[in-house]
Amino acid sequence: MDNKRKYVIPGDVVTTGPFRPEQNVFLQGNKIISTTIGISEIYDDSVKVIPLTGKYIPKINDLVIGKVVSHTSLSWELDINSCYVGFLPAQDVFGRDFSAHADELTSKLKSGDLVAARIANFDRTRDPLVTIADRDLGKIDSGDLIKISPSKVPRLIGKRGSMIQMIEMATNAAVTIGQNGWVVVSCETPEGLLKAKKAIEMVNEKAHVANLTDQVKEMLEIKDDES
Amino acid sequence: MGGRDATMVLLDENGIRCDGRKVDEPRRIMIKAGGLKNADGSAYIEFGDNKILVGVFGPRDVHPKHMSDTDTGILRVRYHMEPFSVGERKNPAPSRREIEISKVIKEALEPAVMLDKFPRTAVDVFIEVLQADGGTRCAALTAASVALADAGIPMRDMVSAIAAGKVADTVILDVNNEEDQAGQADMPIGYMPNLEQITLLQLDGILTPEEYKKCVEVGVNGCKLVYELQKKALNDKYFGNGGD
Repeated sequence: MDNKRKYVIPGDVVTTGPFRPEQNVFLQGNKIISTTIGISEIYDDSVKVIPLTGKYIPKINDLVIGKVVSHTSLSWELDINSCYVGFLPAQDVFGRDFSAHADELTSKLKSGDLVAARIANFDRTRDPLVTIADRDLGKIDSGDLIKISPSKVPRLIGKRGSMIQMIEMATNAAVTIGQNGWVVVSCETPEGLLKAKKAIEMVNEKAHVANLTDQVKEMLEIKDDES
Repeated sequence: MGGRDATMVLLDENGIRCDGRKVDEPRRIMIKAGGLKNADGSAYIEFGDNKILVGVFGPRDVHPKHMSDTDTGILRVRYHMEPFSVGERKNPAPSRREIEISKVIKEALEPAVMLDKFPRTAVDVFIEVLQADGGTRCAALTAASVALADAGIPMRDMVSAIAAGKVADTVILDVNNEEDQAGQADMPIGYMPNLEQITLLQLDGILTPEEYKKCVEVGVNGCKLVYELQKKALNDKYFGNGGD
C-alpha cells in the first residue's frame, strides 16, 4: 500500500478513520491531527509524522552520543543535546563492586569526553538513565563530532541505512550516528574525513530535497575524480 | 450608518474606513518563519504598520529551579515593546500593560501547546514589538504561534488572532490604532482554526448582544484568513513553494 506522504503543519488533519496514532499525531474525535511540522506517513493500521524540526526527546534503546559535563561521587552527567541530561551511574562502568571511596570516577571518564551510550530507561519523571555497558558503546577516543538537527537523523541514515552506507563506502570513514543529532566521524585519511563531513552537512542542509541520495552520490563521486 | 463622525471620519458614507479599507478587510499581513539563528524557533510579522519579532527557546531547563513543574512543562512569555516602537519614547522597563499582555498571550497559547510532553522543562517565548500601530497583541500571538511551530514544539493546533471592533456603530475587522483610540469597541480574538476553539477573547467597549455575536463571527472569520498566511509562512520555510 502506498503510504500517502503529505506535508503537514500543527493542526492539519492527516487522515480520518480507524488508524493507530503514533509519533507526533493525536486523535481528536475520528480525526488524526499532526502536532508538528513534518511529513505524514500512513501505514496499514497506523499513522505517524516525521518531524522536520524540534529538539531531541530521549527514547528507550536509542543510541546517543553524549558529552560528559560533570560527575558526582556516584554518577556522571552527560549532555545529550536534549532538554534533559543523561544520567550514567558509576556501577555501569566499574561493575557491581563499585565503591565510592575506592574508585575515582575521573579515571574512566573526564569532563569533555565523548561517549556512545544507549538510553536504558526514561519515564519522564526522572532524567534519562543511560548505559555504556554493551558492545560498541563506551568512550569515543578518536573522530570528529558533527552536530546536525536531530530531526534529520533518519534522513542521514536513509532507508535501511542506504544513505550512511553509501557515505561510508565512498569515503572509507566510520560514522557513528547518535539519535540525538550528534555524529562522530573517524577516518584514516584526512581527505575521506573531510568528504564524509561535507556529505553529512549536505544531508543536514538539504534534508527536504527529494533525490538527495543521488545528489550526495554525485558530490562524493566528483571529488573522487578530482583527487 | 456612519453617523458618529465628530472629529475624524472613521467610516464614510461609502463604507470606507479612515485608512481606505472596507469594513471586513484586514490590513496587509506578512509573516515569515525563521530568521533568528540562535533561537530554536522564530518568526517575524508585519501586520499593517505593526512590526514584531518573536524568538522561542525550548524545551529547556527551568531556571530558577523552583518554577519547574514535575507534571508538565511550563510556558513563559515576555511581551516587550521597544523604546522606539511608539511615537514618544517608551520606557523599556515592563509596564503594567506589557505584563498583562504577556499573561494574556501565555494563556492564549497554553491550550495549543502540548506541554505535558516535557515535564520539568520550560518553553520561553520572547516577543519584541519593533513598531506598534494597534492590535499588537493579536499580531504577537499570531507570530508566537508560528515561532513555536518553527521550534518544533508539539501543538494541537496553530493559534491565529485578529481583532474585531465597533466603529461608527458598525462592526469592523482588524482595528487599527486610530479606530482603537476613537472607536466604540475593540475585541481581540485568538482562535484555533482546526479545533474551532477560541483561546483569547477580550473586549474593551460596549456592545449589544447582537453586536457581540457579530463581532465574534467577524473575528473568527478574520482568524481563518490569518491562519492561511501562517500556513503559507511555514510551508515556504519547510517545503519550499511546493508545499500543499
